[in-house]
Parts: sequence; structure tokens; C-alpha cells
Amino acid sequence: MGALQNRHLIGLEHTPAEDIQKLIDTGFTFREVLERPIKKVPSLTGINVVNLFFENSTRTRISFELAEKRLSADVTNFSASSSSVAKGEGLKDTIQNIHAMKMDCVVMRHPVPGSCLQLSRFVDAVVVNAGDGTHEHPTQALLDMMSIQEKFGKIKGLNIAIVGDICHSRVALSNIHGLIKMGASVTLCGPPHLIPVGIEDLGVEVNHNIDEVIEWADALNILRIQRERMGIGIIPSVREYRDFFGITEERLRNHKKEIVIMHPGPMNRGVEIDSSIADGDQAIILDQVLNGVAVRMSILYLLLAQEEEGGH
Amino acid sequence: MISKLPASLILEGGNLYDPFSDTSVKANLLIHNGVIKQIGKVKPDKLAKVIDCTNKIITPGFIDIHAHFREPGREDKETLETGALAAMAGGFTTVCVMPNTDPPLDNPESIRYIIEKSADLPITIHPIGTITLGQKGEELAEIGEMVAAGAVAVSDDGLPVQNGQVFRYALEYAQKYNIPVINHAEDIPLRNDGVMNESAFSTRLGLPGNPDISESVMVFRDLELADYTGGRIHVPHVSTKRSVELIRRYKAKNIQVTAEVTPHHIGLTQEALREYDTHAKVAPPLRTKTDTEALIEGLLDGTIDCIATDHAPHTIEEKEMNFIHAPCGMIGLESAFALSHTVLRQAGASTEKVIQWLTSKPARIMNFPLNGIEENSPANLNIIDPEEEWEFKPEHIHSRSKNSPMLGMKFKGRIQQTISGKKSFKS
Amino acid sequence: MDKIKAKLSGKREVERSLIRLAHEIIEHNEDLDNIALIGIRTRGDHLARRLHKLIEELSGNTINLGTLDVTFYRDDFRTNLGSPKVGASNILFEVADKDIILIDDVLYTGRTIRAAMDEVFAYGRPATIQLGVLVDRGHRELPIRADYIGKNYPTSVNEHIHVHVEEEDNEDAVLLVEYKEKD
Repeated sequence: MGALQNRHLIGLEHTPAEDIQKLIDTGFTFREVLERPIKKVPSLTGINVVNLFFENSTRTRISFELAEKRLSADVTNFSASSSSVAKGEGLKDTIQNIHAMKMDCVVMRHPVPGSCLQLSRFVDAVVVNAGDGTHEHPTQALLDMMSIQEKFGKIKGLNIAIVGDICHSRVALSNIHGLIKMGASVTLCGPPHLIPVGIEDLGVEVNHNIDEVIEWADALNILRIQRERMGIGIIPSVREYRDFFGITEERLRNHKKEIVIMHPGPMNRGVEIDSSIADGDQAIILDQVLNGVAVRMSILYLLLAQEEEGGH
Repeated sequence: MISKLPASLILEGGNLYDPFSDTSVKANLLIHNGVIKQIGKVKPDKLAKVIDCTNKIITPGFIDIHAHFREPGREDKETLETGALAAMAGGFTTVCVMPNTDPPLDNPESIRYIIEKSADLPITIHPIGTITLGQKGEELAEIGEMVAAGAVAVSDDGLPVQNGQVFRYALEYAQKYNIPVINHAEDIPLRNDGVMNESAFSTRLGLPGNPDISESVMVFRDLELADYTGGRIHVPHVSTKRSVELIRRYKAKNIQVTAEVTPHHIGLTQEALREYDTHAKVAPPLRTKTDTEALIEGLLDGTIDCIATDHAPHTIEEKEMNFIHAPCGMIGLESAFALSHTVLRQAGASTEKVIQWLTSKPARIMNFPLNGIEENSPANLNIIDPEEEWEFKPEHIHSRSKNSPMLGMKFKGRIQQTISGKKSFKS
Repeated sequence: MDKIKAKLSGKREVERSLIRLAHEIIEHNEDLDNIALIGIRTRGDHLARRLHKLIEELSGNTINLGTLDVTFYRDDFRTNLGSPKVGASNILFEVADKDIILIDDVLYTGRTIRAAMDEVFAYGRPATIQLGVLVDRGHRELPIRADYIGKNYPTSVNEHIHVHVEEEDNEDAVLLVEYKEKD
């Protein structure tokens, strides 16, 4: 039995609330480590971790790599081209390679939903999902929740809104699962056709009126609007999106309340969020980045630890 | 396994069921050199092999009007020969094969190739020709020549004819040859990049959804066109409640429409994808319980005419790909009867009714002779134990491919033996 | 269940040991302004706080105090990780060039102290590191010795010393415990 109920971190849908809390709490312990002159502990000495990225995600990869190095793990990076994924190649050979290389832990980013679960079936190594398409991105959700807890001292009872293109988001689903489990209320706000079918089944509300949502929310988690979705009939224009869903300075000024602004990055300044808001006092976007390293240290540490009685 | 039929064979004590007249009679059967010689009282013959058929149902061999045998072009998945073996293992003695081969069956030469290549096989294989050249949905193929060469229907298989005008021409033109036009009903832009049924469940799995309306919208177009042109439309593998309701409405208007359902669309739901099992990835996708219930209701009230397998073999390598990129389709011949029987008996249908959906009903759609078990006709028979309970295992698969999500399922009702001409398959 | 074989010390003895340790630390360190006490979580931390109070009272100096949680530095990771409920270390003073005095409840194999010394170096390069423990029970596995020892209690291998402190256990005591064979 490890420190957590599940051997892998595939998603938050199947992670119990107490484990989410443990991951966040241990994350704060690592925040302290990150304040030290030497930001490194030897906890994972001799542990081999491979970062397997089938999709470009520099930010997530660097965050994981930092977390691994600060835990003294031996880190190998493996980036495969998206074209090999498109051809359907890769996963099986990769699985066999991981077997052969005797990796202890695989951090995988893959554009295809379910691929981390598939991987976990076939390797001995501990699998951490660094995003499997539009399915789950549990480490992002954990760092978001850690940042919320840091700001408010709690998660339970808060009103959290997720704003943007929920359909194509890789972070929305994990956030929804996690926040609901931790007792927050979640409202989704975005263009109606970019809210996934049946999402209410997960226990969230949907409201397409951003001003009502701002009035209600304690914090807004603002999703990136991908420019490639503009002008192909999905989002009519930047102007229109900004007018009806953008978190603009003017819009926030009209609401006289303090509201916390989050963004998983990378931001499209001037589209889903104004620069002045992103850089303002209300934003905890950079705390999210720092917490990302801390919570990933926590995840790796707790997953690779085995709980047994200790001695002096 | 498959073996040569003994020169003389007596089936003793079984119930002969004729699905064409829907009559049952308890009678013995003498088969000599693959031909039914005598029905009723058969005098004992020391040289004849006797099979005890007490409590068994003896029926004509099954007809599958929708299968993929991959020859020519993808013989690594299936060949006419391995497909025939899979068919025998599932009780099918007649199979219509779809034209999505490589190259597609879009000319009389390729139709003749299939017929000649399968002449010596233990089952009868009828090719279906394409509607358009190269299944491209643009120019009509030589439908007349293909029918003359032996094609029994036309279809662009998995590629729906999107262009309404082309499909109108096909429906009008094919009337001359009195064959059904089969159109995979799917509005491609509505399907978008969907890989499973669009639902709260697809949202949960993070997989792009293919909504049920992508099927019903096209079914509606096809029914309207059939109504307008007077053509004969056959809707393959109906998968949604909406489509069933549309077909029911149009059947009431007495237009020439027939429809089929697959065993997997009545026996499985999208829940089979819980762990991203690519074996359960199929087009149209597995739907919800509401849909399976509507499909079964459609069968029971005659809205849906028959059962067809959509047997679609794929290699292990292809099915081992990730969920987005793995191909759609599952094999189905070997499990078709048992799965359908298990599900439909539970829904209140009799074994005889299930047999009709696999014999007389598809025969009518394809204009096949409506012959039951008759003296001096070739012995194409199934010996069925409707009560046997068994588990579907890899050793029951005889297709060259093994992509079945049914493995491990428990079935009620089993084909004990299939006789097709001079060959026999014993399970 | 582990069986308590004997109560080796009670509240008075623990108090007396701490007073003696405080005196020894003051005597041994000429420049008290340069020392810093660091308690090792959990019980060493409580003992360090008490010693800190005693030393400040006895000497009149203001002394630095910190806390270490060595969990992340343990060498028995994977097989013998203590509780994964780790607490943060808390060292708010400059470690470089200080005389660091590590405080723990029991000195046994020496591995915890090795981990603690490593961790101290993550904060800076101290002038010296000294070690004070309430109990030394022997059985060292590393070349480590304590500079200040409350009590020496020689034990056998399947015996253990449990130190209870009021802040955690509602009593001050040193207990001799016998470990039963694990099932």
C-alpha cells in the first residue's frame, strides 16, 4: 500500500478527496523546500523518471522536470513527434521500451484521451498523466486547487467559475472532478456550443452570462481561447469573444467585489483576459506556476513512496 | 472444426423449423452427399452416421447481408476463405460481402472475381457492388453490369453518399435492376471527429462525440429520397432511437425501405468503452440503453427487418493503436446468433423469431429464393441448442482477426453444428 | 501490539536531563550568540523548544531556533518511509557560519542525524554541527556520536526506546518497549 490509494495518477475522477487533500498539503511542504537556498532534497535518489511527451508542452514538461530534479530523481526526456501519434505509432513500442529500460516512473503527455490508462495497464512503472487530450490533466487541477487553498485557506464552500472553451480544454475536466470532490461549487461559462454535452452530470452549473458568473464567483479560472479556433466557424471573432466572455478591466471594474483570477497558461492577452488583469493584484497566475512545481514534487514523492513503519 | 460431411447422415429427433412459413415439425432428416434426401420417417441405415437432435432446432443456414471479407487487398485481416470459415462457425451459409476492398468492387470484373474465387468455398458468397466509382460518391458505377455479373445490392459501404443528387440518381437508377441501395447513414460534418456516441459519458472519457443525429439526419434524407423517387433503400446497422422512429414513420407510408441492426448494437452499449477498449470502437458507435431498447422494439414490431453482423476484421496491430486512431469495426459472425439470441430472448422474442431475423428476413431484402428445408435441395442447415449456456472464448473465433469485444461474454443458445453442402462445422 | 517493558524515566528525570543538557551546551559554546538550536520533528522539535527556553533563561542571550523535517532526506525511502504526513522545515535564520546544535529524542542508528546534517547544508554551510539527544540507546550504523546526552540506555535489538513528550503524548516519559514479531 502506497501513501495514496491509487498506484498511478491517471485522473482526479478516480482519486479520493482525502488523497487530493494529502497531495495539496504535501505540496505546501515542498513550497517551503523551494524557498531554501538549495532547493533540492534527496528523496528520489536513484529513481528513474522519464518524461514522455507526445505533444509539445514546454511549460508542463519544464515544471515536471524541475520537480523531478529537485527531488534528486534521474530524469530522462523523450519527445515524440505528433506525426507519429497521428500515424498511430508509438504507444506499444514505447511501452516495451519503458519495460526494457526499467523506468520507475513515466510522466506522459499524449493528445489521445485514455492513453495514460492504456499505458498504466502494460508497464510496471508508476504512471503520471501530464495531460491526455481533452480527458484529464490532474496535475494542473491539483496546482489550481493548491493555489485556491493558498489564497482562501480552504476549497470547500467556494464558488469557482471556469470560463472559456470547455469542449476543447485539457484542464477543465480534472478541475471539475477535483473541485466538486473538495466541496466547491463550480459554474462553467462559455459559448453554449463549447460546453460539452451532459457536463451537468458531473455536478456543475452552466451559465452563459459572464457578468452573472463574475457576480457569483470567488475565483475565475480562465481558459485559453486557441486562436486556431477563431475564424473557422467556431468562434466568430476576437472582438465578439472579448465582448461576451472576455475578462476585461472594464468588466471587472463594474463588479465592485474582490475576485481571484487564475489562468492555466499560456495566456492570449487581450483575448480571454486583459493584460492589466493578468498582471494585476487579483491574479494568482504566477503562484500557480510556483505551486505547479511544488505539487508535482508532492505527487511524485507520494506516488513513489511506500508507507511502512519507520525507525529512528 | 470444419470437416467433410459423411456420405450418409441422419439427423434424428430434431424440430425442423421453416422460417419462411414459420412452421415447426418434429421429423428426421436424411442427408446424402450433401443433399436432403428425405424428411419425416427415415428408415435406419447402418452405413449412415446418426446425429441425435433431441430438443434441438434444425433450421436453414443463416444469411448475413453485411460482412467484410477484405479480399482483395487486405488479406492480412481476412480472406474469402477465412471469412467463410468464420461464417460456418457462426451458422451462416450465405454471406453478402461489402465492396470496400482494395481496390473496391466497383466494376463487373471485380464482382466476377469474388464469385469465382469463392466458388469452391463451403458457403455461398454474394458480392455487393459500389454505388459510385471508387466509393468516391461522385460518379455512378456500372451498377447494371455488376448486377449482371452477380452483385446482389449496391453500397459505398462505410462512406456515405453525401451528395443528395448522386444518391437520388442511384435510387432512381437501381430500380431498374430491382436491388436495394444500401447507404451507411451518417452526416460526415455532423459526425466531425467523433469516435464514440456523444453523451455525458463521452464527455467524461474526454473523447470526441459522434451524436445520434449524425445518423438520423442522413436516414431522414435517404427516406425522403426513397419516398420521392420510389427507390429501394436499405438502412444498414441502425443504431439510434431517432432512426428507428423515422423508419417506422416512413414504413407506415409504404415506401420501399428495409433496415438491419447488428448484434452488437442491441447487445452492447457505450459502457463497453469505459476502459477505452478499441475492440468496442465501431461505426456507427455503440449507443445508450435507450437506443438498444428502441432497436429491439424496432425488431419486435417489424420496423427493423433483420439482423446483420457488419463483421469487420482488423489486425491486432491496428486495434492496438490509441483510441482515436484505431480503426472502427469488430468481427461478429461467430458470436452473432448467440449474442442476438441471448439479448432478444430476454426481451421476449422466441428462438424462432431470432432465426427469422437471420434467415427469411434477410433473404427477402436480397431477393434470395425463399426456400425452407426441402427434399432434394442442398443441405444448408444449423442444429441449434436454444438452451445451452456458454462463454465466448478466443478458441471460438475462426476469423483471421480477433477483434471482438464479446470475448468473455456469457451466452444462452448455441449452434451445435452447421452443415453447408458437403461440409460440416461442429462446435 | 508492542509491549511496554519498563518506564525508564518520568517527568522529573526528563526535566532534569534537559536542564543538564542546557548547562552543557552553554558551557561548551563560548560564543552563545552564534549558536542555533534545530529540533528534528516531531519530538526532537519539542525538546529543542524547551532547551531553547532554558538556555535563554540561563544565559540571558537570544538564541536562534529552527525545525527540521528530515523525511525528504531519509535514506530508507521506499522501504521504510516514516509517515508521508510530512511537516515543513522551518529555519528562518542564516545557517552559514553558525554553530548548529541538532536536537533529537533518541539516537539509534544515526541515519536520521545523517539526513538532518545533509538537510542543514541545504540552508547553508555552518561553522560546526553538534548533536544533543535525550537518550542514546546504542546500535549505531554510521560513525555518528552525540555531544550532549541526557541518558544512556543500552538496549537489545528488538527493544525500542519511545520518548513521550507532553506536547504530543500528554506525558513526559522514556519507555522501554519490546517489539513483537511481525505477522
